[in-house]
Amino acid sequence: MTSLQQVLAKGEFAVTAEVAPPKGTDTAEMMENAEFLRGKVHAINVTDQQSSVMRLGSLASCRLLKESGFEPVFQLTTRDRNRIALQSDLLSASVLGIENVLCLTGDHVTLGDHPQAKPVFDLDSVSLLMAAKGLAGGTDMAGESLEGVPTFHLGAVVTPGYEPMELQLLKMERKIKAGAQFFQTQAVYDPELFRRFMEGAKGLGVPVMLGFVLLKSVGMARYMNKNVAGVSVPDSIIDEMKKTDDKVATSIKIAARIIRQTREMCQGIHLMTMGWERHVPDILTEAGVTI
Amino acid sequence: MIITKAKPFTEILQSLEGEETVFLVGCAECATVCKTGGEEEVKQMKTRLEQEGKEVSGWVVLSPGCNLLEAKKEFRKAKEEIDRADSLLVMSCGGGAQIAQEASGKVVHPANNTLFLGTVERFGHFKEYCSMCGECVLDLTGGICPATRCPKGLLNGPCGGAKDGKCEVNPDNDCVWIEIYDRLKEIGRLKEFLASSVQVHDYSVNTNPSTLVLERDKARSDNG
Repeated sequence: MTSLQQVLAKGEFAVTAEVAPPKGTDTAEMMENAEFLRGKVHAINVTDQQSSVMRLGSLASCRLLKESGFEPVFQLTTRDRNRIALQSDLLSASVLGIENVLCLTGDHVTLGDHPQAKPVFDLDSVSLLMAAKGLAGGTDMAGESLEGVPTFHLGAVVTPGYEPMELQLLKMERKIKAGAQFFQTQAVYDPELFRRFMEGAKGLGVPVMLGFVLLKSVGMARYMNKNVAGVSVPDSIIDEMKKTDDKVATSIKIAARIIRQTREMCQGIHLMTMGWERHVPDILTEAGVTI
Repeated sequence: MIITKAKPFTEILQSLEGEETVFLVGCAECATVCKTGGEEEVKQMKTRLEQEGKEVSGWVVLSPGCNLLEAKKEFRKAKEEIDRADSLLVMSCGGGAQIAQEASGKVVHPANNTLFLGTVERFGHFKEYCSMCGECVLDLTGGICPATRCPKGLLNGPCGGAKDGKCEVNPDNDCVWIEIYDRLKEIGRLKEFLASSVQVHDYSVNTNPSTLVLERDKARSDNG
């Protein structure tokens, strides 16, 4: 059982953050960013070529983190690999000692830096969860038995700010049936919206961690409002960022406040740091969260 | 209907480089509706090629361009013009271009790019509703196809990417999963969708290149 799994099973408040692999082979910055998180989070997500931008692989990066004593969450998308490659990568993760897997569909290739690439999407997040659960049960998608069975702690994503919310809850339910054991949400900045979402998710019986993208600037908040689906930064928060002379301090204050406002509603926080991993300790201290 | 788009004329001219005489082949069905290979476009092509100094030995509009027997029959009638041509310029879909090659044995140049299987919304407005996956799920999805109308072909529900009901890949399009959801609610079939097993497409049902012989004809040929 992974630490993340144990914490969630005990009903304690779980903390995760993320690092992004580099475009290239220089992993120094990624590893430095991870160091800021040491002892502060239960696990570190490693993104799988986020926004469809070609980068160093998530699996290799997870292994590097593991060798440095961190617990990784392997993000795996169905965008670039068919069911043969996905199942193979899941087995590879297992033999490398990586059990937390966040199963995602992934962004479309046209949104990334290789828009000419063939979008695979042989499976989607739901069928990937099913495949991973099947492997953990000793059988692959072809119904063949495995010699040596992997163990996984399977996660999935849900977007609380999606309209209509009920449709996301419906998909969430399908993900749970397929094998999802925990959820990390898309970024939420509105505690009231999150309360409504958690009301809807109440009966599903699976731990949910609130997702939060650190706001680095007013421009970034506006960009997300315009371009990132299901993410809405309220005007009051944009104003706060606009008025401040110290963007870092204000960003930390906003994050800590939202964690405090939502921690009783859910089972953890997932901080999407966008290179600001070094500010995670201050955020957690100000939010009164320790692990 | 097969939706085609004419290649740029400069690209067509490039493909004809070094050739003097061309025979034109159009299609009376899909390419006519797409305005890429009907009689009107074939005649326009003839004029433009002649302006560029090419000789057009003749032309024919097949009905349809993708029928091998039809092509053979019409090509026999135009044997002399075809023999005289260095190549055929085929103004239909990729299927039609290959049929023209098989039926004539000549070098063939495509004048069009073939885009998708389209439905006709109104004249000149085409939409892709079916991608011929070989495993129709419309019964489960309220008569709206997610395999085709969702860019990721998601079969188990929406991604989180719709913004104001619009698709993140192409904001001109409505998110098809929201349409499916609304329709399933309307016809009272949401529960059936939720209760359905995880949907995974079986790509082995239509591995390229597909062939199909109708059962009736198969029995006939089996009996000699």
